[in-house]
Amino acid sequence: MQRKRKLGRGVAIVGAGMSKFGMFRDRDTKDLFLEAFNEAMASVDKGMDPNDIDAIYFGNFSNDFFVHQAHWGPIISDLIGNVPKASTRTEGACASGALALREGVFAIASGFYDIVLAGGAEQLSKLPTEKVTEGLALATSPYEGKAGFTFPGVFGATASAYFKKYGANREHLMNVTIKSHNNAPLNPKAQFPQSISDVMKDKVQRAIDKGKPVPVWKDEREFLRDPLVNPVVAWPMHLFDCSPISDGGSCVIMVAEELARNFTDAPLHVIGLGQGSGSGLHAKEDLASFEATKYAAREAYELSGLRPDDVQVCEVHDCFSIAEIVHLEDLGFFAPGQGYKAVEEGLTQRDGPKPINTSGGLKCKGHPIGATGTAQIYEIWKQLRGEAGERQVPIDSLRIGAAHNLGGTGGTCTFTILERRG
Amino acid sequence: MTNIPFNDTSYERFLNENKLMGSKCAQCGAVYAPPRPVCIKCHSGSMEWLEMSGKGKLSAFTCIAVGPPAMCNEGYDRNNPYCSGVVELDEGARVVARINGMNTKIPESINIGTLLKVAFLRRDEGDRVETILAFEPL
Repeated sequence: MQRKRKLGRGVAIVGAGMSKFGMFRDRDTKDLFLEAFNEAMASVDKGMDPNDIDAIYFGNFSNDFFVHQAHWGPIISDLIGNVPKASTRTEGACASGALALREGVFAIASGFYDIVLAGGAEQLSKLPTEKVTEGLALATSPYEGKAGFTFPGVFGATASAYFKKYGANREHLMNVTIKSHNNAPLNPKAQFPQSISDVMKDKVQRAIDKGKPVPVWKDEREFLRDPLVNPVVAWPMHLFDCSPISDGGSCVIMVAEELARNFTDAPLHVIGLGQGSGSGLHAKEDLASFEATKYAAREAYELSGLRPDDVQVCEVHDCFSIAEIVHLEDLGFFAPGQGYKAVEEGLTQRDGPKPINTSGGLKCKGHPIGATGTAQIYEIWKQLRGEAGERQVPIDSLRIGAAHNLGGTGGTCTFTILERRG
Repeated sequence: MTNIPFNDTSYERFLNENKLMGSKCAQCGAVYAPPRPVCIKCHSGSMEWLEMSGKGKLSAFTCIAVGPPAMCNEGYDRNNPYCSGVVELDEGARVVARINGMNTKIPESINIGTLLKVAFLRRDEGDRVETILAFEPL
């Protein structure tokens, strides 16, 4: 019998930052994280002395593999001048950043620290694509690699089970892609700030410039059906169903709730926190669902006393288009089998009743593995504080936002609910 | 048999002998393939080896056009995708495996629920032979 979870004391976010996401040949993990850190410090409304940061939690999946350097905790501490204070690396595949946030919350809630920096960074583009694929595959579950599964392959299999169970098809996945690409141009930090229509115009222009036959597509959907521009990666996952290879960094600054007003009049309180674990494909009970997401959501809703309907804006881990649809159901936003219909009806658009991935999502914003968790929190920070600019959701009295981060093929999932008070 | 550890090394050795072996909980009867050393239903550590019949049905699948180096070495690529899937064995346990004998260029032609039987693919790993679990239509 589980007792009701609680935090020892409240925790609030008083600053957040993220670097531009993309593929940067001339930048590295340290300066990408520093870009995020500098923005986070500057975002503390009443200012903060960097010397007051008690400890660092840094999410990083596999820079060991990607840039052949491990042990990132002290490197980041040294980078920002926080030596000799504690700095700890967290690893949970693509959820490494959210784990850093959680550890920071626990450290403050326990009363041990007052001010914590939590974030993450990853640098993938130094390696050729096939090596990146090999590195990412380290986070699949045992047995899957030998069976030939790649990352897109596992989500492709998930899609096949979802299609069979609920009668969805590839056309429904396209709605997710189109929506993400509609949000991304409004995000100046996005790796692909283009709508699908923009992408189509680019391709036409490039053909004209090169004197090649000019492609013609009736609309965005016909473009996505064209195997020449949107080839299959792992059926039914096509190129435009997959998040890209990215470099980037992100972070948040958290403080004990009673100190929050020293730093800002608009802190975000961490009111819901959940993390679950999940088995590989062979041991999953429901192949069209992620049990770790369900568990994380239940834990976070219980802690916050909120229901799925109370979440007004949410970043969902859309490493692949099908993942977004399944998570919409696992997080309780829509009933099982209704997620793809909700997306089709536009309910998850930026101006819809349940705006999802206003940042452009992993698909367009980019997915520098360890940076993703707190980059999602950064988007919610921007939205809840009314600082999201052109992509601000048009909701009056916006107060509750959430972020869902998934690691591996669903082995680690987190759900974090934030509330703006004041 | 009882002194053979219920681990991946044993599982792979059995595959080399063309045997798909799982474990069965001596206490509650739950069946696991690949074998588990501990029952995750009743937490008993009392397990027995059980050979699977090798028959099952397809639960989920994907046709992979961009594969890892090992699959490229087998000749698979964009023009020749391979199928990987989840198979529910007649004994109830599920395994992940390569799925052969499917029209991978037309994935829409592949049906979940298709009845399958086990096959064992040998892959030469230099100083040792590795066996990859595979299934094909019954």
